[in-house]
Amino acid sequence: MYLRCDSVATGTRGEGPLERNQALPLSSIKLSSSIKLSSSAGWRSSAGAALLTLVLLFVARPLQSQESPYIVTYDHYLEEPGSLEVEYFSTFGTQRAGNDFHAFWAEFEYGATAWWTTEVYLDGQTTFGDSTIFTGFRWENRLHLLQREHFINPVLYMEYEHISGADKILKEIEGHDGEADTAAPNALARKEHKNELELKLLLSKTLKGWNIAENTLAAKNLANSPWEFGYAIGASRPLALKASAQRCSFCPENFVAGIELYGGLGDRYSFGLHDTSHYLAPVIAWNLPSDWTLRLSPGFGLNDNSHRFLLRWGVSREFSGFGAAISRLFGGRS
Amino acid sequence: MTLRACVIFLLLALGVVTAKTNSAPARKDNSLYAELAKAPRKAVARPNPLEHDPDAVAAGNKLFAQHCAECHGETAEGGKKAPSLRADEVQQATPGTLFWLLTNGVVRRGMPVWSKLPEPQRWQLVSFIKSLTPASQPKPNRDETPQP
Repeated sequence: MYLRCDSVATGTRGEGPLERNQALPLSSIKLSSSIKLSSSAGWRSSAGAALLTLVLLFVARPLQSQESPYIVTYDHYLEEPGSLEVEYFSTFGTQRAGNDFHAFWAEFEYGATAWWTTEVYLDGQTTFGDSTIFTGFRWENRLHLLQREHFINPVLYMEYEHISGADKILKEIEGHDGEADTAAPNALARKEHKNELELKLLLSKTLKGWNIAENTLAAKNLANSPWEFGYAIGASRPLALKASAQRCSFCPENFVAGIELYGGLGDRYSFGLHDTSHYLAPVIAWNLPSDWTLRLSPGFGLNDNSHRFLLRWGVSREFSGFGAAISRLFGGRS
Repeated sequence: MTLRACVIFLLLALGVVTAKTNSAPARKDNSLYAELAKAPRKAVARPNPLEHDPDAVAAGNKLFAQHCAECHGETAEGGKKAPSLRADEVQQATPGTLFWLLTNGVVRRGMPVWSKLPEPQRWQLVSFIKSLTPASQPKPNRDETPQP
């Protein structure tokens, strides 16, 4: 459902797009907000969601998978070919000099082939005491570069983002991203539009049950901004390596625990840790035999530029046979 | 780009991709079995450490249903996307060869990398696959099965 917030903002600083780290004092802004459903966009989105739900309910079958617990970091494992994973994630964030927020995204991850996974994200957020808004979409592709397992396994990640300045999902931290970027009221922040290209090199290795993953990120706002950089590192392991013979919900092999460290590395002109934000976040995933996966991750800001606390959680379900269903729709054999 | 253009583009891309990736039946494709011969000698010689584990076949059966049956069929006799695991080529392969193939996948031909399953679980899967009745042998008749 598409939720549109029509807000009128007036302030002493004018109404141009916000600049980096520009936080307006709330006292200088008068907001009058009315949240209403946008009828045409709402119908389109509702129809799309209903169609997808019907396909998933009647054609695709749920499939249990061994999901990693990471929320920011990527390992080198792609979606199984022909499977669709539907995910919902939430991030609650504390905000100094502003209102706390709850950002959320829906993720549709499809295994096009064994070496190519493509995903679409739809982002939104609620800033407490302000409004709820849709903040944009992302289209992501991951390509497995090598045919076999190696000591280190590289995956190329490419993403296009079309988001507003009000986006707060913090799916990755790049450049000089910091807490001040999310302090502006929605009515002003949403006026800034970003078309961004993001490239990542994902390196990952699994040894004796431990997965170690490192991601290096380079992002470019297509509106003549410098390249920005970031990183994410993760380590995780199932609580048990052998599977039990019985189907069970609370078997230790269903739980995967780990930790993530992620943050920005400045930009082309000021590369490094100066004026960047960083987070450390324990993560845990619970792969249920009923085909659902739950994830939880409390994140802690490591410096003054970071949000003090981020609580992330997500739920996902994988559906097999989705590709075959769509293929039949387009006249392909299945 | 308008929302409508985005949706049309995504649907077309998805249609092309799925039509391409889901249209190649693999049940009788003998060249898929040739991948087994590519296992390095060291991997071929690896013994199954869970060979004598009494629970390994049952656990492998559970893992097979969760991760493999979608492509290889519920009885492992092959499906539209993946070959039979009861074929002689598979049943005569060493446990180490099957473990190597599971670990590395055949990415260019649709078989994912399964190293995300911990090693013991991959060996449990190997135990299950090796416990299957080969296609060249007649299936046991239920009526002839001795009753306890």
